[in-house]
Amino acid sequence: MQRRIFSLAAAAVISVLLASGAYAADRQKIVWLQWANDAQQKAIDAVVTAFQAKYPIDIEFEFKPGSAEGENLVKTRLAANDMPDLLTYNSGSLFQVLNLEKNFVDLSKEPLAAKLLDSFKTTVAAGKGFYGIPMQPIPAGGIIYNKKVYASLGLKVPRTWKEFTSNCEKIKAAGIVPVIASYKDDWTAQLLLLADFYNVNATTPRFAADYTANKAKFATTPAALRGFEKIQEVFTKGYINKEPMSTTYDMAMAMLASGEGVHYPMATWILASINSNFPDKINDIGFFALPGDSSDKNGVTLWMPNNISIPKTSKSIVAAKKFLEFFVSAEGMAAYMSVGAPDGTFAVKGVKLPDAVFPAVRDVLAYVDANKTAPALEFLSPVKGPNLPQICVESGLALKTALECAKEYDRDVEKQAKQLMLPGW
Amino acid sequence: MAGSTLRLYSYAFFLPAGIIYILFFIAPTFLSFFFSLTIWTLSDWRFTGLDNFRIFFTEPSLSIGLRNSLIYAISTCALKVVLGFLLAAFLCTKLKTRGFLRSLIYFPNILSTIAVGIIFSSLMHPSHGLINTTLAFFGIQGPDWLGNPKMALFSVVLVDVWKGVGVAMIIFIAGIQAIPQHYYEALSIDGGSSFDKLRYITLPLSRSSMNSVIMLAFIGGIRSFDLIWVMTKGGPGFTSDLIASIIYKQLQGGFYGLSTAGNVVLFIIVSIMAVPLYRSLTKVEVDL
Amino acid sequence: MSRKLPHILVEVLSVLLALAIFGVPVSYVVTNAGKTPVAAAQMLIAPSATTQYLKNFSDVIAASNNMLVRAFINSTIITIMSIVLLLAVSSMAGFVLDRRKGRAIAWINFLVLAGLMIPPAVVPTIWLLKSIGLYKTFLGLVLVEVALSFPFSVLLYRGYVGAIPRELDEASFMDGCTGIQLFVKVIFPLMKPVSTTIAIITSISVFNDFVNPLYFLPGSKNVTVQLTLYNFISTYVNKWNLLFADIFLISLPPLLFFILFNRKIVSGMVAGAVKS
Repeated sequence: MQRRIFSLAAAAVISVLLASGAYAADRQKIVWLQWANDAQQKAIDAVVTAFQAKYPIDIEFEFKPGSAEGENLVKTRLAANDMPDLLTYNSGSLFQVLNLEKNFVDLSKEPLAAKLLDSFKTTVAAGKGFYGIPMQPIPAGGIIYNKKVYASLGLKVPRTWKEFTSNCEKIKAAGIVPVIASYKDDWTAQLLLLADFYNVNATTPRFAADYTANKAKFATTPAALRGFEKIQEVFTKGYINKEPMSTTYDMAMAMLASGEGVHYPMATWILASINSNFPDKINDIGFFALPGDSSDKNGVTLWMPNNISIPKTSKSIVAAKKFLEFFVSAEGMAAYMSVGAPDGTFAVKGVKLPDAVFPAVRDVLAYVDANKTAPALEFLSPVKGPNLPQICVESGLALKTALECAKEYDRDVEKQAKQLMLPGW
Repeated sequence: MAGSTLRLYSYAFFLPAGIIYILFFIAPTFLSFFFSLTIWTLSDWRFTGLDNFRIFFTEPSLSIGLRNSLIYAISTCALKVVLGFLLAAFLCTKLKTRGFLRSLIYFPNILSTIAVGIIFSSLMHPSHGLINTTLAFFGIQGPDWLGNPKMALFSVVLVDVWKGVGVAMIIFIAGIQAIPQHYYEALSIDGGSSFDKLRYITLPLSRSSMNSVIMLAFIGGIRSFDLIWVMTKGGPGFTSDLIASIIYKQLQGGFYGLSTAGNVVLFIIVSIMAVPLYRSLTKVEVDL
Repeated sequence: MSRKLPHILVEVLSVLLALAIFGVPVSYVVTNAGKTPVAAAQMLIAPSATTQYLKNFSDVIAASNNMLVRAFINSTIITIMSIVLLLAVSSMAGFVLDRRKGRAIAWINFLVLAGLMIPPAVVPTIWLLKSIGLYKTFLGLVLVEVALSFPFSVLLYRGYVGAIPRELDEASFMDGCTGIQLFVKVIFPLMKPVSTTIAIITSISVFNDFVNPLYFLPGSKNVTVQLTLYNFISTYVNKWNLLFADIFLISLPPLLFFILFNRKIVSGMVAGAVKS
């Protein structure tokens, strides 16, 4: 009893102290570890502003770099119990190696659980729970291209890799860069390979399962090896820009928007950035699926949205949950779309897209409506090696043959699988 | 007498330093031998024998670091010795501006490696960078310094030398200044040229400073990490990865056992190289 | 050779060459730190017609909730703590290392020399710091910095103590001094020049350190100046003006030291290098 009185007194004293502080600390602060230069940042800022206006909670951003470096930073900080209250991360295998049940707050009992698509939830699930909400629309991977150049050269959207390369030849002959390579940001090098997965899946449907079970390899599966070959081919045939190692993602975007480069192997998350940096050019930008070897199997590889999760070490779990609920609420989604059209459909049920979506998004929706989609490999298998970006650069500059790169990646994967102690490795 | 004052020099004086040094340097070094043999999650470990070392030496993306670190150490070391010596000899002549020049050449040392890396990443930009635009002015097509896989490592070597040659120079200057003037006077009387002075007096009598420079530059080079990390991150691909950058990548990737194995590899190389290098270098000095 | 060329020509040529190689990169930073993003993207060394130094500086300082200010405070605290601790422990150790002889000392000397060359074992150090609750703390980083700087500074101290005559020790002993009194009252004050040198060199190296804070002091509240700069590389893609403004600001303290203590730094480097 005495102790209780004491703690009550202490609480009273503390609250008086807090209240008398120069900045009345009745607003709570939570910290969100987010990617630097995220394409969706404007939309996210709009959600945050709306949230802060509604609740006495402020959100402060901490920024992390993209690519492997940002992933690794998160791993190091997880190991050190040094996590913020909210975290942005890739969904799928990259997220699932983070030991979700141990490190993150389960959201399956929250009201928001009913609002999310199951296809999304499985990519952030472990055991019986799931651990994140979608931060962005569903991205599609393929070729983002400049329609204006296509029109002026009289080109047609290619349905096979052969048609694609013949388009590239014509573009090259016209003195324009056919394919943009931005290997200074090495994560962009892997998009061509990752977006090729629809084609792998179409010809070798068992690949994902066998790959997880250590029965199939990139080097020994011809359809999978094609990805490394395609990255190399655009280099050896002289389709890519000069100075790929000095070209960044931002520069690539500018090249694409201006028509200085025509094809950029990328995912649709780039559209929001193009829209905010080059608003007058967004209608010149289109999308087509990465062409495979036969025209009747032509479809798009879908990513799952990056997710926002709550690390268990957070001291403000309640406030963080409030934010996640708000984010996927009608109000949150409206705020998200208040700064511009979204670059895809949402993994949140019942969200209606505005009528005026970007042309490239319309291109993607055509595939979706025709049911010609497959998830990217990282959402089907937990096995993803940490060095894929660099290995794709090696293939993309022909430092090694495509086969050597595939073998190298198979070994890279083995290291990760062993560390995860997956069965069969 | 000496025996009685010995009481003044209690080992207790050594204790605070000893504890810090053992706890934060020696102990981790010994622990690394053990943990290099495990798959390690920091909270848990599983013994895997020499598996980590097998991976380190057989995986091309890892073993390339070994080769690159040796190239890096040897070339930075050689350039610092040669340029440092020549600069020192030149700046020990009766130049009026030598004080200014010494300070100027030493100056990059006080800049942080990160800053230097960023500055040169910009200067070495293939089309806009100041270096290539200057070369283009003279009609030379400059290379893609950091983007060309054959070039990247060597470009960073040049930057390392730019930053570090001042130290080598200062050490050589100290050595040269300690050479008694009458040696030179004797040679002048015999009609020796300036080049003879350099060849027959300055160079041989700078051996001990040269030892220091070689040791410092080589050990520094083989352990080097921050400059390459800022400038190339080991790329393109893995072509400019050093042992230390590989250790860091494995650490970041959560492969703690593998990362520690890299540390042990580096430890072994440093020991193998340092001991005989030090011996042979000091022996040369004795032979003189 | 130089005898044939007019002296003045040699002087002018060497100054020009040195300025081109060592001065240009520095002035490149200075001019670009004040440009607009568009002007800085052209990567020219010539200053642009309109400058915006104040805007760039305040942008950099205000970025990420005044991260740079926090970083400056953190780096200063870490640097000062490291210097004080390093001077205290290594001066005492250097004193004993010089004055005593024997097998134990030979071993210690060996371990110290090894410390100059052997690369620190990163992950085990993190693990150790974690186990004793010092990971991610200033004190933890300071202790690592001290452990890593110890071999160099103890060798400087040992060399310096060697030049202090033992007669002084004996005289103090006759006067009834204990070891501690001798050290505090006689030896340490005499070592002031070498202490100053070590303090200056360590302050620059700790302030400029990137690797150790990267390993041992992660977390946004703990940022140090070099980490801030490093983080800005990815946040300020293509905003060279802000990157250079940041470089400019964080190079000021070492620059100030360099101007004030040029000689000390140089002589310390030489003494350390030659002795090791």
